[in-house]
Amino acid sequence: MIYPIKISKRDHLPRGKVLLIRTSAIVLSILFSGVILLFFGLNPIRIFGTIIEGALGSQMRIEQTIIRAIPLTVTSLGILVAFKMKFWNIGGEGQIMIGALFASFVALNFGDLPKPLLLLLMAIASMIGGGIWALIPAAFKAKMGTNETIFTLMMNYIAIKFITYLQFGPWRDPSAQGFPKIPNFSENGVLPALFGVHIGWVVAIVLVAAVYLFMNYTKKGYEISVVGASMDTARYAGMNIPSVIMTAMFISGGLCGLTGMIQASAIEKTLTYGLSANYGFTAIITTWLARLNAVAVLFVCIAFAVLLQGAAFIQSAMHVPSSVAGVVQGVILFFVLGSEFFLQYRVRLGKGSGLFVSAGKEA
Amino acid sequence: MSAEAAIRMQNITKSFGSVIANDHIDFAVQPGEIHALLGENGAGKSTLMNMLSGIYRPDSGSIFINGEEVHFSAPRDAIKKGIGMIHQHFKLVDIMTARDNIILGQKSSFFTRETGLNKKISEISDRYGLDVNPQKKVYQMSVGEKQTLEIIKVLYRGAHILIMDEPTAVLTPQEIGKLFRIIRSLKEQGCAVIIITHKLGEVMEISDRITVLRKGRSIGTVNTADAEIPSLIEMMVGRKVDLKIKREALSAEQKKELLRLDAVTVIDKDGKAALDDVSFSLNTAEILGVAGVAGSGQKELCETIAGLQIAEKGRIFFNEENILGKSPREIIKLGIRMGFIPEDRLGMGLVASMDIIHNIILKEYQSQKGIVLHRKSSIEKAGQIVERLDIQTPGLTTSVGKLSGGNIQKVLLGREIDSNPKVLITAYPVRGLDIGASYKIYDLLNEQKRSGVGVIFIGEDLDVLLELCDRILVLTGGKITGIVDAPKVSKEEIGFLMTGGMRSGGVSS
Repeated sequence: MIYPIKISKRDHLPRGKVLLIRTSAIVLSILFSGVILLFFGLNPIRIFGTIIEGALGSQMRIEQTIIRAIPLTVTSLGILVAFKMKFWNIGGEGQIMIGALFASFVALNFGDLPKPLLLLLMAIASMIGGGIWALIPAAFKAKMGTNETIFTLMMNYIAIKFITYLQFGPWRDPSAQGFPKIPNFSENGVLPALFGVHIGWVVAIVLVAAVYLFMNYTKKGYEISVVGASMDTARYAGMNIPSVIMTAMFISGGLCGLTGMIQASAIEKTLTYGLSANYGFTAIITTWLARLNAVAVLFVCIAFAVLLQGAAFIQSAMHVPSSVAGVVQGVILFFVLGSEFFLQYRVRLGKGSGLFVSAGKEA
Repeated sequence: MSAEAAIRMQNITKSFGSVIANDHIDFAVQPGEIHALLGENGAGKSTLMNMLSGIYRPDSGSIFINGEEVHFSAPRDAIKKGIGMIHQHFKLVDIMTARDNIILGQKSSFFTRETGLNKKISEISDRYGLDVNPQKKVYQMSVGEKQTLEIIKVLYRGAHILIMDEPTAVLTPQEIGKLFRIIRSLKEQGCAVIIITHKLGEVMEISDRITVLRKGRSIGTVNTADAEIPSLIEMMVGRKVDLKIKREALSAEQKKELLRLDAVTVIDKDGKAALDDVSFSLNTAEILGVAGVAGSGQKELCETIAGLQIAEKGRIFFNEENILGKSPREIIKLGIRMGFIPEDRLGMGLVASMDIIHNIILKEYQSQKGIVLHRKSSIEKAGQIVERLDIQTPGLTTSVGKLSGGNIQKVLLGREIDSNPKVLITAYPVRGLDIGASYKIYDLLNEQKRSGVGVIFIGEDLDVLLELCDRILVLTGGKITGIVDAPKVSKEEIGFLMTGGMRSGGVSS
């Protein structure tokens, strides 16, 4: 007799049990990645210890971790606005790059402006740039119903390759002794520091609050949620759906673009083709893990920054490839996202129906 | 029961998660018997029949076919034992001929032998009085023909026990008559027929015995000859239900023209006319029923009036103002208060993942000033609606998708009524609701009518339409084939109009 697995939908789950499933997912993921590290011939306890130490072990390391958390948080907020509408914006990378491009254009051409004015102009330019880059797929989706996933993905490569062209071609610094780089910004185009870290962290925290308020307490935020939940209901309620899609995507792209400005100004002090550093993709994961909640985004991004910074550290301190940390990241994701399934469904072994049936399907 | 019952199900239990769909049910059908399985939505009818046709396996209990115990692990096993299921939604391939549909999925030699096959099909057709041309393609068939084809299909596979799930839902009264003749001839040939339905009139007409299920339990089996409709309802619902739908005749001076459609034509995606030159008017304080087989243009009619569907031509007057071509938002801005209960409640009228408050806001946030979303008045309103319509919910912050069908419908109806509409459009408002909830909805609609609202009621049960509505408009293939005064017309006459027959005289205003 075969005992098939029975899967049925849960009606309701008490808070305590939700917490239990979530925590055990994290514990299991650490145990499981430990086993994988053992398999690699590494000591998992030492690796985990070094990751934590590398990310939080000294003031300078903490500052480095925060510097990684800033672009991740701002980009995640942008992705959040789009995802809330079920618009799968995979184009964060490209929007970051175009934002950086617009900001750099301002910084390189108006470098003599007073610092506050120049930085403000750079920020506005970057948001317009990223916004426009996101508006292109949004307009096609709104008017013609094209698939945004593939569209935004392709826009990434256009943006990155275009900036590569600028760096090696027209914008190349002639005084860099043949080195293919774009000239550095003037001192006025660089973000100032506050408590040891560039001021982007203040921007990130303010934006967390702003996006939270926008999504939960404004009419536009409500419209974005309804369009995401059901296009037909939005139409029924008399919403102007194309306008909602375009607005949301302009905000989404604008936030990603601002990340570009922050990175160009505070980190690279110029425009480079590697500036987006995968933040556009990593932000998709952090946004999802934060369950599209702006406040949760902040904490998830800090946790992820710890992993990223720790990974860089084990590479230099222990001569362990940073991809080992990538494996740990992947395992954690797998378990945390996998736990969602157990929150929604109940799985038992037993005889009876061999079918995957959900309760309440009875008519 | 004697041992040679065609079907005997003993002590059947089946649960899905925490829901017990069937709770120790006994059920038996004799050869040559037409047995009706009666019960409200969620009573467990489909689950029981799905176990008989091998789709589910029971958690416990036994099934006997002609006295022999069987254990089905797949529908194929049930077919082998002579059980044929005719689903409410036909399982036919549109672009194939009737013949190809019949042999589809059958084990046969690589090449199909036309002559033998055709002979067998015509044999079956003659024997049971079924009439389908084997060469005809399914997409060219009427609904009645498709159903006949489904019956031939299961008979060809050797079925002598037929299960029909809501077989009359998509049929006109004339087609139902024909179906019943077929079912009777199946009975004469010794077949056992099980009909799943909730239409009581049909049960009384066709069945020999009736088994009533309620909340997963078998309430009892009665001989149809000894049964009466009120007692059957009591068995289904578990309490006495007053089955009178009140229709108050309102005096003529209270009636004023409210909404007038003038030659409205709507073209669907395939370029066909979904609404073809439709003209009628709706008065204040009346319920105008819309009858017609499913897909006759009801959906397009509702959505066009509500401003959700673009019309090819025509005009819609509301107080002498043409609103055709205006968006819902523009219609609201004109101060025209229109309520619309769409057919697809959770897909269109409500957001399943949001709570009651946020579903109430849906209709009023646009008239709020500024960019901030104000919840306060909606929270109050939500509380009032829950109380007034007696909505069963753990709280105002429960997402509506978690409520039962009747309560979901009440949230929707409550919201639409709350805006004090002048026109209320309701599409199948009682679909999927139990009898008690349905009567609550009828009461609410009557209350709206009393307060002067013009109600458009798209319905599927002709008995209800005749009792509830003042006038009935019949749609056939997007055309109006008649508008009749409900108190003066019979079910048969409406059935005649539904098949496309034009009413020669006596068309009311």
